[in-house]
Amino acid sequence: MEFIIDIKKKLYDFQLDVKLQSKEDTIGILGASGSGKSMLLRCIAGLVKPDEGQIIINGKTFFDSEKKINLTMRERKVGFLFQNYALFPNMTIEENIAFGLDKLSKTEKNNRVSALMEKYHLGDIGKRYPTQISGGQQQRVALARAVAVEPDMLLLDEPFSALDVHLRNHMMREMSELLKDFQGLTLFVTHNREEAYRLADYIAVFNTGKVEIYGQKDAIFKWPASLETAKITGCKNIVAATRLAENRLHVPQWHISLTTVMKIEHDNGYLGIRANQVKLVDEPNSQQENCFKVWIADESDGPFRTSLYLKIGARPESIQDFHIQCEISREERNHLKNLSEPFIIYINPEFAFFVDQ
Amino acid sequence: MNFDLSPAWISIKVTLTATVIVFFLGLIMAWLMTKYNGRWKGLIDGILTLPLVLPPTVAGFGILLLIGKNGPIGNFLEIFGVNIIFSWYAAVIAAIVVSFPLMYKTTMGAFEQIDPNILSAARTLGASEVKVFWRVAVPVARPGIAAATALTFARCLGEFGATLMVAGSIPGKTETIPIAIYFATQGGEMQVALIWVLIIFAISLTVLVINNYWESRKKNQQRGFGG
Repeated sequence: MEFIIDIKKKLYDFQLDVKLQSKEDTIGILGASGSGKSMLLRCIAGLVKPDEGQIIINGKTFFDSEKKINLTMRERKVGFLFQNYALFPNMTIEENIAFGLDKLSKTEKNNRVSALMEKYHLGDIGKRYPTQISGGQQQRVALARAVAVEPDMLLLDEPFSALDVHLRNHMMREMSELLKDFQGLTLFVTHNREEAYRLADYIAVFNTGKVEIYGQKDAIFKWPASLETAKITGCKNIVAATRLAENRLHVPQWHISLTTVMKIEHDNGYLGIRANQVKLVDEPNSQQENCFKVWIADESDGPFRTSLYLKIGARPESIQDFHIQCEISREERNHLKNLSEPFIIYINPEFAFFVDQ
Repeated sequence: MNFDLSPAWISIKVTLTATVIVFFLGLIMAWLMTKYNGRWKGLIDGILTLPLVLPPTVAGFGILLLIGKNGPIGNFLEIFGVNIIFSWYAAVIAAIVVSFPLMYKTTMGAFEQIDPNILSAARTLGASEVKVFWRVAVPVARPGIAAATALTFARCLGEFGATLMVAGSIPGKTETIPIAIYFATQGGEMQVALIWVLIIFAISLTVLVINNYWESRKKNQQRGFGG
């Protein structure tokens, strides 16, 4: 599977300008709401016509503004999973799944529908209408309907946003199982980094109509290559920093310097540290490398994890007066109660990253 | 009292014929206009809706100009020895012209309410435009289309002004119920008029009630309350 996408499309407040080329099978497109990522899927499926450029999937040209090629939706053979699933309300579940199978004989059609019904755990709801089944079932029906026609490519538009959190985790696991069976390219769009990470191996980070970065997911999450990527992948601690040496940074706002594994190439930029990579340590040795004295300015408790808002080097004057956010388990939080301020944090040089402007 | 039932048969014949024609014409025009977003949309839509806001006599006058003895269509048909004016065909044409906007506008409203994703989903599944129309758009918009059809039927049945102008009031040939009511009242036969009023009342109400009943049954079926 190989695809080349290079399109431009003017939208209301920015221009969609996407260049993306890959041979991977499952790609997640991660971006904030309104960054144009859904529009990209719509351009690929042919729902929307780009202003210029080309879309070539598996050697098949879907769109080429210079050669004046613009295949219709039905010629593209693309499976599209809509955010609201877009099931046909006037048809039963079976009829929905069978909708695209008119070319098959009646027996073949019935066989394929019942095989899909079984695979997608839709056992006994075949005669029901879409409004009579649950959200998770609706999603499975929509996916079954899309793969029934054996498309070359699957496009999933925010596939989990219509589900509640509990069902979402369940469906994510199910979806990744089902996607493994799908022989083709899968592109899915999400604003949720968790979904992107769990479902795809490769991620394209989207920002105001452009692909900010494309690459292997672990690399993107570990050392994001740009400020926007750091933000979109959920980095909570981003602060202006300057280069001191190849592996050493100075953070003026925090009055500290620290060591990184990453090589620093620019003089000015930002330091990023994920909240779960800020570790609290017991040894009261603040002279050790990348260890700093902190005081708690504020905290916010989740059911299993706690976020601490810490000030480095001095006692905070208010709850707003903090430098760094740190996420720890409840057990670790309780353990801290045996110690007294200031606590010591350790920032692993491996997980401190630097991005330029 | 000498009661002639022929207006009932003429009314039903004219109304059913006109309703069937308007049903398909309105449905197709509404769909084409829903999909069309060019710069002439406003103008075309205005022309198609015009008979709704004009007095029926203006519609009648327009039809007379076209199909009358000196009109272009009338002249053309004259060659084949066909004369539409003052026949029940003219009554059908009058009913079509006057009721078309109701079917067209109401159906278009129903088409515009369809979630565009549903139509796109059908297309990505390989459906042709004809299949998208008959298998998805029409069934999904069906409550609106049913309402539009009921209104069209009622409007055709009640048509008076344009019909009188182009088809006249020939007993046994073009005299429909509304025209019979008018002339009975004029001639002081209040009892005859009353009977016709009750008959038209019964027909209209029956059609609307059947329509409502059928719709709510279908709706319940899809929502899961039996059926």
